Amino acid sequence: MVHVQPPADGGLDLAAGSAVPAAPAGSVGVGQPRSALLPGGKIVLGPDEIRRALTRIAHEILERTDGADDVILLGIPTRGVQLAHRLAARLAQVESRPAPSGSLDITMYRDDLRLRPARALGHTDVPASGVDGKVVVLVDDVLYSGRTVRAALDALGDLGRPRAVQLAVLVDRGHRELPIRADYVGKNLPTSQREVVQVLLTEVDGQDAVVLGKGAAQAAAAGQEAGR
Amino acid sequence: MIRHLISAADLSRDDALLILDTAGELAQMADRPIFKLPTLRGRTVVNLFYEDSTRTRISFEAAAKRLSADVINFSAKGSSVAKGESLKDTALTLEAMGADAVVIRHGASGAPHRLAGWVRGSVVNAGDGTHEHPTQALLDAFTMRSRLGRLEGLRVTIVGDVLHSRVARSNVLLLHTLGADVTLVAPPTLLPVAVGTWPCEVSYDLDAELPKTDVVMMLRVQAERMNAAYFPTVREYSRRYGLDGSRMALLPEHAIVMHPGPMNRGVEIAADVADSARSTIVEQVANGVSIRMAVLYLLLGGSEASA
Repeated sequence: MVHVQPPADGGLDLAAGSAVPAAPAGSVGVGQPRSALLPGGKIVLGPDEIRRALTRIAHEILERTDGADDVILLGIPTRGVQLAHRLAARLAQVESRPAPSGSLDITMYRDDLRLRPARALGHTDVPASGVDGKVVVLVDDVLYSGRTVRAALDALGDLGRPRAVQLAVLVDRGHRELPIRADYVGKNLPTSQREVVQVLLTEVDGQDAVVLGKGAAQAAAAGQEAGR
Repeated sequence: MIRHLISAADLSRDDALLILDTAGELAQMADRPIFKLPTLRGRTVVNLFYEDSTRTRISFEAAAKRLSADVINFSAKGSSVAKGESLKDTALTLEAMGADAVVIRHGASGAPHRLAGWVRGSVVNAGDGTHEHPTQALLDAFTMRSRLGRLEGLRVTIVGDVLHSRVARSNVLLLHTLGADVTLVAPPTLLPVAVGTWPCEVSYDLDAELPKTDVVMMLRVQAERMNAAYFPTVREYSRRYGLDGSRMALLPEHAIVMHPGPMNRGVEIAADVADSARSTIVEQVANGVSIRMAVLYLLLGGSEASA
């Protein structure tokens, strides 16, 4: 009765003290690099396409928000954070004025916490100005079911009351399960639910690419973050 | 993650670091206007306290409430325990009410271990007799890491009533796991018989240890557990093993002074030392809430039968 989780699959044998960690040390707030491409995956966006998509999104944000005066970009860990920083750099470049960016961890707000073992928390870092009265642009790598964004809206509500919340994603792969849509989309990517979309970014993975892979069992495990 | 937290020895290095890192993220959220997370909504946490406690019980209650769990507080006084109900029967009552986690403090060493065999929920040891108090060790490690930036290679001196201290045992085990070097300093009468088997050094001379110490942790003299004369007088104990201003001056400049509380000012620690800038005693209490939130989240936040 004491040992409900078998140690082999991520649980821990308490009496013996032989531990299989639930997550690698130092994994909180630090993305694990995706070293290899998905098996049988094909690159649908390369570095140049990603760069152009982000530049276009940055200009769209400026247009839609009249110069992005009170815009804050909040990335959702892991890869949304890097995308938010890249967008902020572009906004600053075009308007020659710094654009605040940060990160918003949504782990504690997920609706699927009970379906999987407890996971490590990501890092939340909101610019000192706060979110009250600001236009918050949430940034994520892949928009899929919409559940991550729902959790992010809940998390944002606990931080303050933004004037408006918008959503920017690098890839919209469809299959929404909630009434959520993105305001800025890098690429609409029609997929089947069995496929896996994986975003690689230089800061975390050493290269920029969006990969569409077949949904084999291991591929699904490797790309679960992107798929969610 | 583990299912129960009964001993600091249950934690592997990675588990312990995961708890510390999670607590670090949670501590950052503490200054939010609304610090309430929906994570444990619908879960029930029972605080089962057979011994008096201020900070531990309040700390666990605050932690559970900030995670939106329902909290039921139980203290032995004023309950059926006063009518002679056994721990097992109390446990079965809690089980019937559907407790997802039981936080237990008990005067008998090993009570949480027995309880873990009787209930389906997670059991968290909040202090059992003279055995262990793992969340205290975790919050102490958290405090050391946030003040000094590391744990690996840190020299920690634990001083005082080691014999009756569950805090000392848990700290020795956890700090050893995390790579710190622990030295126990106490009069021979206040050291456990088997202290030679613990992963730490032992010394009887406090003044010799202080200059090479990064962290000094003063333990309370637990008069309520002392049924024999362990030292001649309180005054003599205080002279040899108490931390006063002149002893604190022997410490390196960066060293910090810790105390798990409640303090006996003037016995193991002088009032001016307890209130000095080096003392982390109030910080330890604040960190306690973050650590207990992390423990409750990691024990209860995920699926029960892990996939």
